Amino acid sequence: MTVDAPVAPGAAPKRRARSVTSLTRSSALGLGIALSWFSLLVLIPLALIVIQSVDGGWATFRDTLTNPQTASALRLTVTQALIVTLINVVMGTLIAWVLVRDSFWGKRLLEVVIDIPFALPTIVAGLVLLSLYGPDSPLGVNVANTERSVFLALLFVTLPFVVRTVQPVLMELDRDVEEAAASLGASRFTTLRRIILPSLAPAITAGAALSFARGISEYGSLVLLSGNLPGKTEVASVRILTYIENGNEAAAASVAVILLVVALAAIVLLQVLSAVVARRG
Amino acid sequence: MGIEIRGVNKNFGDFVALQDIDLSIPSGQLTALLGPSGGGKSTLLRIIAGLESSDSGTIEIEGVDATGVPAQKRNVGFVFQHYAAFKHMTVAKNVAFGLEIRKKPKDEVKRRVDELLKLVHLEQFSHRLPAQLSGGQRQRMALARALAIEPSVLLLDEPFGALDAKVRKELRDWLRRLHDEVHVTTVFVTHDQEEALEVSDSLVVINEGRIEQIGTPDDLYDRPASDFVLSFLGPVTTLGDRLIRPHDIDITRYEHAATASGRITRWTRVGFEIRLEVTPDDALRPDPVQVVVTKAEATALQLHEGDLVWLRPRVGADAVSR
Amino acid sequence: MASRAAQPRTPGTYVRRLIVVGYLFLLIVWPVSLVVVKTFDGGLGNIQGALSDPEVVFALQLTVYVAVWAVAINTVFGVGISLLLVRYEFPGRRVLSALIDLPLSVSPVVVGLALLLAYAGTDGLFGPTLESAGLQVAFAPAGIILATAFVSLPLVIRELVPVLQEIGTEQEQAAKSLGAGPVQTFRRITLPSIKWALVYGVVLSLARSLGEFGAVKVISGNIAQQTQTATLVVEEKYQDFEQGTAYATSFLLALIAVAALVVVTILRPKDDTDGD
Repeated sequence: MTVDAPVAPGAAPKRRARSVTSLTRSSALGLGIALSWFSLLVLIPLALIVIQSVDGGWATFRDTLTNPQTASALRLTVTQALIVTLINVVMGTLIAWVLVRDSFWGKRLLEVVIDIPFALPTIVAGLVLLSLYGPDSPLGVNVANTERSVFLALLFVTLPFVVRTVQPVLMELDRDVEEAAASLGASRFTTLRRIILPSLAPAITAGAALSFARGISEYGSLVLLSGNLPGKTEVASVRILTYIENGNEAAAASVAVILLVVALAAIVLLQVLSAVVARRG
Repeated sequence: MGIEIRGVNKNFGDFVALQDIDLSIPSGQLTALLGPSGGGKSTLLRIIAGLESSDSGTIEIEGVDATGVPAQKRNVGFVFQHYAAFKHMTVAKNVAFGLEIRKKPKDEVKRRVDELLKLVHLEQFSHRLPAQLSGGQRQRMALARALAIEPSVLLLDEPFGALDAKVRKELRDWLRRLHDEVHVTTVFVTHDQEEALEVSDSLVVINEGRIEQIGTPDDLYDRPASDFVLSFLGPVTTLGDRLIRPHDIDITRYEHAATASGRITRWTRVGFEIRLEVTPDDALRPDPVQVVVTKAEATALQLHEGDLVWLRPRVGADAVSR
Repeated sequence: MASRAAQPRTPGTYVRRLIVVGYLFLLIVWPVSLVVVKTFDGGLGNIQGALSDPEVVFALQLTVYVAVWAVAINTVFGVGISLLLVRYEFPGRRVLSALIDLPLSVSPVVVGLALLLAYAGTDGLFGPTLESAGLQVAFAPAGIILATAFVSLPLVIRELVPVLQEIGTEQEQAAKSLGAGPVQTFRRITLPSIKWALVYGVVLSLARSLGEFGAVKVISGNIAQQTQTATLVVEEKYQDFEQGTAYATSFLLALIAVAALVVVTILRPKDDTDGD
């Protein structure tokens, strides 16, 4: 089962000779309506952010980003998102491996558990984490209002990305190839390093890109958990919100543009990766 | 009557799929479009069905101009290589589909479906889903589905291409018998020359978007219009400066007015036939010649590997008519 | 997929299994179960308390109203655009297909800001025009619907596109050759083939729509009993030290989310029964 599973490069379905037709009159009309809606809902509003951020001139942009509080928020966001992504690369691949290659009682339950972070409202995710890792922690671990809370929240909400991109590719991976490697004298470790990981690499990278993009844009799960302490636990999204609440839309747009660029970069990376995989066949 | 194709051209971008195709397919016959993959034969079939549009030219089906008519109005039965079974419908529902679209009364639909399932020997499978059928059964269902609408022509696109050799052969015989019963104008695409030769009344050889030759299986086999047709319809080898079939070469151990001579350098026995390779001692034509003889001939001629032999075309050998 | 025999178990198998189960337990299972525990701390009191709080009740109703609209819009749009992307060739198709995913990686706060810039009543690009036509978008349910539709927009499409590619066009062509028109072909052939993917996409959209927080917070103005949705209520109640109500409302939201997941897992046929 895959919830919101990012379409993994490499998991692309085998296509039969796909016959694509050029637009007919009715489908062109449909495309027109769809594009108008997409523009009104997504493209124009996002474009307005870019316009707003350049509107104030380069100076506003620079002033906003060099504002110590904003700079510290951006640094925190990027650092934590990177650390979390690295952990996801390792843990996500491991989880996918266990889900695909191992079989044990309750595995189907784990499949549902993996998807909970996707399905759970982010504000609830924050509350959930607070109940185990907050002031009343039954474990005696209290991360509330510290940098660790940001780390924990991001770890929770980004968990499914790598798992769900790697899993289908791992399922498609031919056992024969591993058996061939073994028959040629490769040890388990060599097979893993030389055969399996290279095949999974595009999917892992794709999952990592999605996880990073989600990480730097996270807001909801942090609200209750991190305390939004300026210069300490305040992330980029919270900074944007503060600017909006203070009526400084130009500054809000400047920070937002940075996040948008990273989101776009993640998408471009994904496209390039699926192109690479498609070429590999 | 039948199908009249006039001046059809089709390009996919820079690729020329069909070039100036003129073709009359006679009514009531079983016609094969034969050629290598990518030669344009499937494209031609899809243009006849209206599933693809031609860049220019006209299509006439049973005397009616069909050029601009959309596929759903052409009343053409089409059978796809991968069956195109409606996976969520039972076998009976699949066959009934075209009739239901035509809003036929319920009892008529039922009667017709029963009739057709009987015709294709699937009556006991009518409530199964396509996934529960074998490939051959699915293709028979697809055929019944196409026949249900009483099409003016039946078009089959590599209908047996996805089946294994044994089922292919069975279905091929069965299609021939079915056609003798139903007599609907039928066109089928194949790249298998044996299939085409065995099943069809007439053959159209298509290569690189052009028609190479049209004729009966005997015409094409005995009097190929080009080296391409000769080589596409069966194995060929080069003897002297001409293409010839390996079984049309006369081989002896005694010198006579021969086209070539040389030693037997390879000897492969396959069942009753023996495939020989003779390497000519002619320095200008050193490429080995393939010769096929029966076991009995080889014994009678006392042939052995390494023997010096003389080769010449048999009298009445197939040849390209020039 | 090739059938595969179970791999021989080594000590490593158990170590990996232990790590994975432990990790998921600590990060997800235990924390989520604590919400349940805290909700039912004093029996049904918290739930009853929440359900008798007019703010919570209003917020839940608004959330459902908004989610239904957003999902309906995304379903129609999603089916249309998926068919266009898979079945037709037009300039800019690849770019559009890439941009469709954008809402998934844009920060919810940025989404809210973008919609404010376009639809704010006084200084938005379209806001004043719409307002003079009598339609308030920002700080009104319409804006919340837009924000919710924005963040859940790709979910239906992402489910449909691979399935449409996989089933190919042969069945549709066969239907066409048997005389079915475009509407009949869609209703009788295409729709049944994509049914499960569509249900799945719709359930995902619904879960996402019920749970959206950041974008809604920015565009809605967060006015109690007017534009406050369930997730916003959770935040407010928690910060107002009405933690029982916050936990109870969270529990209801989490319940819907998990129930949606479970239902879909059960509903979805385990494997494609495609035999060829």
